[in-house]
Amino acid sequence: MNALLIVLLAPLAGAVILALFRPLRWAGWLNVGVSAVSFAAAMMLAWTVATVGEVAGFTFRIDAFNVYLVALNTFVGLTTSIFSRPYMRHVCETGKIGNRGMRIYHSMYQTFMFTMLLSLTTDNLGVLWVAVEGATLATVLLVSLYRTPEAVEAAWKYFILCGVGIALALFGTVLTYFAAQQVISDPETGLLWSALYQRSGELDAVVMRLAFVFLLVGYGTKVGLVPMHQWLPDAHSEGPTPMSAVLSGLLLNVALYALIRLKMLVDGSLAGTATPHLAGQLMMGFGLVTFMTASLFLHRQRDIKRMFSYSSIEHMGLMTFGFGLGGPLATFGALLHMLVHSFTKSAIFVTVGHAAHIAGTQSIDHIRGLIRTQPAVGWSLLIGVVAIAGFPPFGVFTSEFLLLTATMQAQPWFTLPLVTGLVIAFAGLFRHLQPMVYGAAPPGQRPVAANMLPVLTHLGLVLWLGLSIPPFLTSWLDRATELITGTHLL
Amino acid sequence: MIFTSLSLLQQLVLMLAALVLFTSFALLAQARLVSAIHVFAWQGALVAAVTFVVAMTSHSHHLYFSGALTLLLKALLIPWMLHRLTRRLELDRHVQSLDRPALIMMAAVAMVVFSYWLVLPMIQQEQIFTRNIVAISLSVLLIGLLTMVFRQQAVVQVLGFMSMENGLFLAAVSATSGMPMVVELGVAFDVLVAMVLFGVFFFQIRESIDSLDVDRLNRLTETVEDGN
Repeated sequence: MNALLIVLLAPLAGAVILALFRPLRWAGWLNVGVSAVSFAAAMMLAWTVATVGEVAGFTFRIDAFNVYLVALNTFVGLTTSIFSRPYMRHVCETGKIGNRGMRIYHSMYQTFMFTMLLSLTTDNLGVLWVAVEGATLATVLLVSLYRTPEAVEAAWKYFILCGVGIALALFGTVLTYFAAQQVISDPETGLLWSALYQRSGELDAVVMRLAFVFLLVGYGTKVGLVPMHQWLPDAHSEGPTPMSAVLSGLLLNVALYALIRLKMLVDGSLAGTATPHLAGQLMMGFGLVTFMTASLFLHRQRDIKRMFSYSSIEHMGLMTFGFGLGGPLATFGALLHMLVHSFTKSAIFVTVGHAAHIAGTQSIDHIRGLIRTQPAVGWSLLIGVVAIAGFPPFGVFTSEFLLLTATMQAQPWFTLPLVTGLVIAFAGLFRHLQPMVYGAAPPGQRPVAANMLPVLTHLGLVLWLGLSIPPFLTSWLDRATELITGTHLL
Repeated sequence: MIFTSLSLLQQLVLMLAALVLFTSFALLAQARLVSAIHVFAWQGALVAAVTFVVAMTSHSHHLYFSGALTLLLKALLIPWMLHRLTRRLELDRHVQSLDRPALIMMAAVAMVVFSYWLVLPMIQQEQIFTRNIVAISLSVLLIGLLTMVFRQQAVVQVLGFMSMENGLFLAAVSATSGMPMVVELGVAFDVLVAMVLFGVFFFQIRESIDSLDVDRLNRLTETVEDGN
């Protein structure tokens, strides 16, 4: 319980202090320190959950499923803060933002971490909504941080689209509460997920079905499901790079986490009706459309960060499909995919940040010869893209392989579009990547000061997960799988 | 549906809810910006009135509190903030009518029909009260969405956003006698923060495109850029 409090309070306190903290030199370090504290606390929490089982109380509830995401969030939060310290100083020195901008950045970074951790740990579906909306509000100022017309436009679009989406999700939550009231009379526990899950079979199926449609569209907007994905490439391309890394690596996962929790309720409620797998089928449909559309859009991109944000949409589509498919194998694969995608994608965004500093632009056409100019950045980008495209021996290959196997077992015909989509995405990524890393560097292109430690850590972990998943992680993921689907995989 | 079978207070709630729906139509079509803000303030006041009446019928004390919160936030504070912003942005004489008023109003009517259709199978029980109120809230939500889609002015889009929130609150209050307190406070906090951020954005948008006509925010597109 204490560890949980530290996990939540560290970023909250950090946000307040960093908003007032003036010496810029130390603000970056303080940001790293706060992230490190919350990572350490998350590890303690994970240890408690591993030994004791669930931690519950004060309307918080930590089980194998969300503690894994808490650990992932705080870890990526830590490595990204390590990357962002020199990166944001560079941005500040080039005069893109002033001291006030830096304070907003650091404070909002921690606020964002707080809201995400709150939405993961809370047991209350209403608080979950409030926290996800809070995450939108925290990041919207970060998207417009550079104050260019493009950044302001991206932020407005993000604000409006996610605001509308999240409003629909709240309507779904109200409907869920309405269904709950006919089963649970105590108004205080009526929105607690654990209480609802225990009695999910009694929830009114018609109301829950309608609620899930609203929830899927609402939280799906944040996941980046097509056709509600429009905000995502804009926000990623115009915001500061560390923020793109945490948006892609973490926020999308949190929204998907909310969807999975709600799917578990709806599945329970629809179990006795004519369409017991409706929620899963809807997720499969949305996931597949998202996956295919995003892999096609990868080909037309001109902006490097936009391209990788489409790659994130593609992977989120794949995960949504996997969770929709259900069954222990698909769920295990999707959970693993969540993990390796977060690692790989945040590593890629960090590298892309350095690449954009080297070339002085985000335009793919003008980024050339990275390996010649700065081998560390060039090779990291190449290896990162190889990993994200799903090549062995990286972890993304393992999880995609598991997902394909599960699809072949359950719905063989869906394997065809999945494999096609993977090939299209691979082609899209590599046709842009090739000239960026190889090729001759434009005259006068110089290396920049780059901290490659976060990238190496992440890619190293992904490689490790591809070669052999450590037993504690498999049993961890297996417990999460058991929680979601009700059956063990191993 | 026999409305006379309802108690007098329930009929009052339904009438107030219908007035909320009427204000969201007015918001959609109102050309003058300042009048639109006033319409929004009335909508907030009506939603607060619904909350008070429901609080009286169900004897739940926390609803008095959330009613007061709504009145303060939606009927006074946010309209006042918007008023001040429009004055500072020199938009207080801004007039912009809808492009195709008849078509868009028909679309709004279609939204109401759609909401009723959606809610119809949901509650087969004798609760015509709940069914009506959920359908009306959903209509307010969807018309708010239409306002955001069809009005190009950033301030009016914010009004649409806030009226969606009103629709949600109406649903929460009347169908479930209010969400748990912690959730309601959280939502109110989020709305307030969103309003402050919207204010910041009005200035940022005007700085970048010299207007608040968000149709002119069109730099980021999927199409291939110039030269190729």
